[in-house]
Order: sequence, then structure tokens, then C-alpha cells
Amino acid sequence: MEIVTQKFKHCDLIIVKGRVDSYTAPKLGEAIDIINNEGRYKIVLDLSGLEFMSSAGFRTMLMGQRTCKRYNRGEIVLASLPKRTQEALDLTGFTTLFKIFPDQVSAVGNF
Amino acid sequence: MEPNQQNKLDKDPKFIMRTAIFQANFKNLDSIREYVARAAKDAGFDEAGIYAIQLAADEASSNIIEHAYKTDDEGEIECTCNLDGDNLVIVFRDHGLSYEPDSIPQPNLTSKLNKRQIGGLGLYLIHQLMDEVHYESFDEVGNVLTLKKRIKG
Repeated sequence: MEIVTQKFKHCDLIIVKGRVDSYTAPKLGEAIDIINNEGRYKIVLDLSGLEFMSSAGFRTMLMGQRTCKRYNRGEIVLASLPKRTQEALDLTGFTTLFKIFPDQVSAVGNF
Repeated sequence: MEPNQQNKLDKDPKFIMRTAIFQANFKNLDSIREYVARAAKDAGFDEAGIYAIQLAADEASSNIIEHAYKTDDEGEIECTCNLDGDNLVIVFRDHGLSYEPDSIPQPNLTSKLNKRQIGGLGLYLIHQLMDEVHYESFDEVGNVLTLKKRIKG
């Protein structure tokens, strides 16, 4: 799994490529933590390159969302969610916890 | 019925029962997923089915690593893939502690963000993705988890 981050004026972008599971999910969590530790809580998670995500990834996103939404200071939104991951997220009822955008541009535009 | 379809309903001669042993470590989840994916493909599942099987296998293995072996990687996971009529049967055997999946409460799928519980998601997914799930625990010996999914190609 590969993570690339980028700062925009109104939000941070995290691009995730590859597979997020119990082994790699902590790295995604760290990337979110680093942004939060800078006092930034508006995040776009670009998942266009995501090949696989297990519940470990869902939990990481959930915990990140809790932190970002606290005190209404921000949120994590998802961009380009692949079909298979969306189906699994739907099964667990997690899709209601995130705004989902078809692409990075519209997701960044949310902020 | 086309000759192709007929073949899928008979026991596919191309399908070979297979068993592999993996060290119980999260870094081996990739290998476990690849292993069951190949079995699913040989069994004739479509892309959605292959993904579902990979995900179920990942969740099952993660549970074994975390709960049966308490994430200390001295244990092994034995994974067997076989056909049983129209079903792919995947069996996970470990020599760890009992992890009693039936005692885990079902996650609340609609509660607000802060009320969502973190645990139990993996097990819930396994039940949603597979048609049958059986768990057996043998005192002092280990656990056997059997997952079955009907082949849809």
C-alpha cells in the first residue's frame, strides 16, 4: 500500500493506492494522525487506486472521522470509492458516515 | 444448455483441492487472499464472488491472528479449499485459543458516528459474504472455521 499526501488551501488530500488490511491500515491511520496533529481536520481520501479494503480499513476511517468531526472542526470525505469497497462498506452501514464524491476534484470542492 | 454451462455444474476436473499453511502474521494476509482467490477463480466464481471470498478470508484470518493467537506470530493457520457440490468450502484451522465468534454482538449498522462499535465488524462481514459459517473449538487443540459459498459464475 502506498500513501501520498498533498495540502490544498482548504483541506488535505490523502491518496491511497493498493490494499488496506490489518497489516497496512495503521499506516493510513498515521497519515490521518499527522494531519490532525497539525490542527487540520478537513481531509479528502482519494481511493481511486484502492484494490482492497478490509474492516481494519473501515475502522481506521471511522476513528479518523470521529476525530475530524469533533467540535465540528472538519470531516473526512471519500473520493472515487471503488465498487467492491463500496459494496462492503454498504454491508456494514458505513457509507452513511461519509460523504462520497465521484472524483478528487468534486471532493476537494466540498471544502 | 451450452456445453460450457454443463461443465460448471459437474465437479470441475480442473479444480484441485489444496491446502496451505501460513504463519499467523498480518503481513501474510496478502498471501492468504491470493491463495483463496486462485481457488475461487478455479471454482468458477465471477469477480464479485472472488472479491467477497478474499474479503471473508481476510477477516477470518485477521480474527485468528488477533484473537486465537493474540497477535503473537508463533502460530500457524492452515487453509484448505475444496469443492462440495456447487459450493466452495474454505476451512481455516489454527492451534490457538478459542475465540468464540458466537459471543460477539452484532454491530449496530445505523447508529450515529460516535456510538458505532469498533469490534465485531469482521465477523459480521464474513456472515454477510458467505452462505454458511461454522465454527468449532477443540479444547487444548485449536479451532476450525468453515466457510461455504455457492458458486456463481
